[in-house]
Amino acid sequence: MSSPKSAYSIPTKKGKLDTHIFVVWVDNESGVLARVVGLFSGRGYNIESLAVAEVDAAKNISRITIVTTGTPQVIDQIKLQLKKLVPVHKVADFKREDKKVIFKEMALLKIVAQKKKIEKCLKECKKFNPVILDKTNKSVVVQITALRREIDRMSKKLKPYGLTSTSRTGAIAMTRGADTFK
Amino acid sequence: MSKLYTGAEIVFKCLEDQEVEYIFGYPGGAVLPIYDELKNHSSIKHILVRHEQGAGHAAEGYARSSGKPGVVLVTSGPGATNVVTALTDAYMDSVPLVCISGQVPTHLIGTDAFQECDTTGITRPCTKHNWLVKDIKDLSKVMHEAFKVATTGRPGPVLIDIPKDIQFAKTNYSKFKKEKKLNGKIHNKFSQNEIDQLIDLISKAKKPVVYTGGGVINSGPEASETLKEFVRLIGFPITSTLQGLGAFPGEDNQFIGMLGMHGTYEANNAMHDCDLLINIGARFDDRITGKIDEFSPKSKKVHIDIDPSSINKIIKVDLAIVGDVNEVIKSAIKKINKKQNGLKDSNKQRISKWWEQIQKWRTKDSLGFINSDKEIKPQHAVKRLYELTKNQDAFITTEVGQHQMWAAQHYKFNKPNRWMTSGGLGTMGYGLPAAVGVQIAHPDKLVIDIAGEASVLMTMQEMSTAVQYNLPIKIFILNNQYMGMVRQWQELLHEKNYSESYSEALPDFVKLAEAYGCKGIKANNPRELDDKIKEMLDYKGPVIFDCHVDPNENCFPMIPSGKPHNQMILGPNDKKENKISGKGKSLV
Repeated sequence: MSSPKSAYSIPTKKGKLDTHIFVVWVDNESGVLARVVGLFSGRGYNIESLAVAEVDAAKNISRITIVTTGTPQVIDQIKLQLKKLVPVHKVADFKREDKKVIFKEMALLKIVAQKKKIEKCLKECKKFNPVILDKTNKSVVVQITALRREIDRMSKKLKPYGLTSTSRTGAIAMTRGADTFK
Repeated sequence: MSKLYTGAEIVFKCLEDQEVEYIFGYPGGAVLPIYDELKNHSSIKHILVRHEQGAGHAAEGYARSSGKPGVVLVTSGPGATNVVTALTDAYMDSVPLVCISGQVPTHLIGTDAFQECDTTGITRPCTKHNWLVKDIKDLSKVMHEAFKVATTGRPGPVLIDIPKDIQFAKTNYSKFKKEKKLNGKIHNKFSQNEIDQLIDLISKAKKPVVYTGGGVINSGPEASETLKEFVRLIGFPITSTLQGLGAFPGEDNQFIGMLGMHGTYEANNAMHDCDLLINIGARFDDRITGKIDEFSPKSKKVHIDIDPSSINKIIKVDLAIVGDVNEVIKSAIKKINKKQNGLKDSNKQRISKWWEQIQKWRTKDSLGFINSDKEIKPQHAVKRLYELTKNQDAFITTEVGQHQMWAAQHYKFNKPNRWMTSGGLGTMGYGLPAAVGVQIAHPDKLVIDIAGEASVLMTMQEMSTAVQYNLPIKIFILNNQYMGMVRQWQELLHEKNYSESYSEALPDFVKLAEAYGCKGIKANNPRELDDKIKEMLDYKGPVIFDCHVDPNENCFPMIPSGKPHNQMILGPNDKKENKISGKGKSLV
C-alpha cells in the first residue's frame, strides 16, 4: 500500500456489532433530550429507536430508552459518556439477548383492504395481543405489542394484505422479577 | 422582608462568593445590565479584550497558570458565537471556564430577534454543561452549580445564558455555602485492591515506562510533587504528553522527553518496547498512539484517570484506576513505603538493562539539528530563549504549529502550570490572548508567547489589550513566512505542492508593534540573537519580537502517517540525504 497522505491513523478493523438497549433516567428539563441525542450524533453512535416520557412527575424524572448497535468498546463508551451528562441520574445497559429483561414495543397498524384480507391480517396479529382501535368497512387500525424484530417481520408480512401505515413507539424495557435497577 | 436584588446584582454576588477576581469580556446590548453593575463591585476587575475569542483564550491562560476557573462575559449573538472556539479549546484540554453570555429578553427568544442566536444549542457539544436561565429564582443556584461543574472531576468549560429581562428582574439572594460533599459526577473511589495490583505490576516489570499527561497538572501543584516522589521511588523512566510538560522536571535524568508524533526517539521507542505502561492523567490521543494496532504491543497497561470515559476509549488497558491522580499516586507511595521489602533496590536492578537500552536510544540525539551561522535556526532560537530565561521562572504560551513543537522540544519545564498550549483543538491564535490571561494571573512574572507569524496574526488585536493594562507580555515570533507545519506536511506528504501555505504579504511586525504602542524588535542574524533577546527581556512593557528563521526547517523527529512508534523519521543529522535544499521555495 502506498503511504497515505494523512497523519491520522488508519482505522483499525471493526469488531462485531451488538445490539444494546440503554435505559437512561434524566431530569425532565428543556434541552435534556437534545443533550442525549446530540451525544449520539456528535460521537457517531447509532440510534435505532428512541422512546421517552416522564415517569415521575413529583421528582421530575423522564425515562429514555435507546436501542443502539456498536462494538463492545463503543457500547462501553456510550454508557460512560451518558453518565457524564449533568442531568443524567443513572444508566442501565442491556444486551438484546438478556433473558432477565423484557423488551416491548407497541405499533399501530392501519390496514386498508377488503374484509377477507383484513381478517387474515387480524389472524396474523393474534400472537401479539391485538386490540382493534378503529374499524370501518374498508379499514382497520390495530394495536399490537411485540418485540422489535417481530414488528419488523409483521409489517413486511402484512404489506401485501393492505398495510398502509405503521406507527411505532420504539422499544421500552423493564427488568423481570422483584428487583429494580439501581 | 429581605432585600431584593436584580439579576445583574446576583451575578456579581455569586462571583464574589466564588472569589472571582478577574472577568475577561466584551460588552454588548444584551449584557448591559451586568456591565452597569460592574462599578459597584471593586473586588472584581474586568479585562476588556478586543474580540470574544481573545476573552476565552485569556481566561484559559488565566485558569491554566493559576489553577482557578477563568470567567468570561460576552453578549448575545456574535458575542456568544465568537467565544465558541475558545470554549471548544477549553473542552478539549480540560480547562475550567465559566462563560456568562447575555441573551435577548425571554419574550423575544425564538423570534430571530436582533443579535439572537441559540447559544445553549450551539455550545451544547463544546461545554461540560450549559444553562439558559428563564426564571430569576434559578439564577444563583445555576451560577454556583456552574462553578462546581467547571472545576470538579475532569475540569472543563460551562456556559450560562442570561436573557436581558432576567438581568433586570428582582429576587432575594441567600448567602452561598460551600459544600464539602462531592456529588455523583465525581469519581474518586478507587480501591486498595487496585493499588495492590499496580504495585504488583511495578514490582515485576523489567521494561517499564511512566506516561503522564495534563491530568497531573489539573490535579494541582501537589500532584506534581507526588509524581516526582513516586517516579524517583520506583526509578522508572518517565515521558510526558504535550499537555503534561512541567509536571515532572524536564531536566531530570529520569525524564526521557515528550512522546508522540514529534516526541523523542527514546520516549517513543520506550513506549513501543516496554512491558509495563503506566498512564497517569493522559488520554491516548491519536498524536500519541500513532497506529493503534501496533501501539505498545508487548506491554501491560495501567490507566489512572479521573474521567471514567477516558478508560478503554482508544486503548484497552489491563488495570484501570479511576480517581484523582494525586490521591491515587499518594496511596501507591504509601503502600510501597509500607511494604518496603526491598522493592526499591530490586526494582533498580531489574530495570538496569532497560536503562542501558534507553541510554543507547538517547545517543541518537533525536532533537539535534544542523545549526547555521548565516540563518537563525528556529530550534536554536528556542534554545537560546530557554538559556537566557531559565532562571526567571518564565511562563510560556504558544500558538499552534512547528514553533509549538520546537518550544515543547527545546524549552525545558521544571514546574507545572508554566506551559500553556492548545493541544487537543490545536487553535492557532491561542498563545497571544492566553499570554494576556497568564500575565493577569502573575503580574510580576515573565510571560512569553512563543509564536508563529501566521498563528499570531489570527488574534493580533489582543496586543491592544496588553497595552491597555500594561501587561509586559513578550511575543516571540519564529517568522518563517510559511504556515510551517502545513508546509512541512506538503513537503513530506504532498510532493512539495506548497498550496496556499506561503504568506505573501506579511506586515512589518516592528511597525505593527509601534502602531499598538509597544516595542518591536527584529532579529535575522544568529550573531545578534542573544543581544536582541536580552533587549526584549530588559524592556518593561509588551514586546513583539520578529525572529526571522530558516523558512525551510522541518520539525523532527516525526512519526509519519499511520506508523507505529518505532518507525520514526529522524532529522537531517541522522540522514544526510534528507536534508532539505532551497529548491522547495521555488515551487511556491
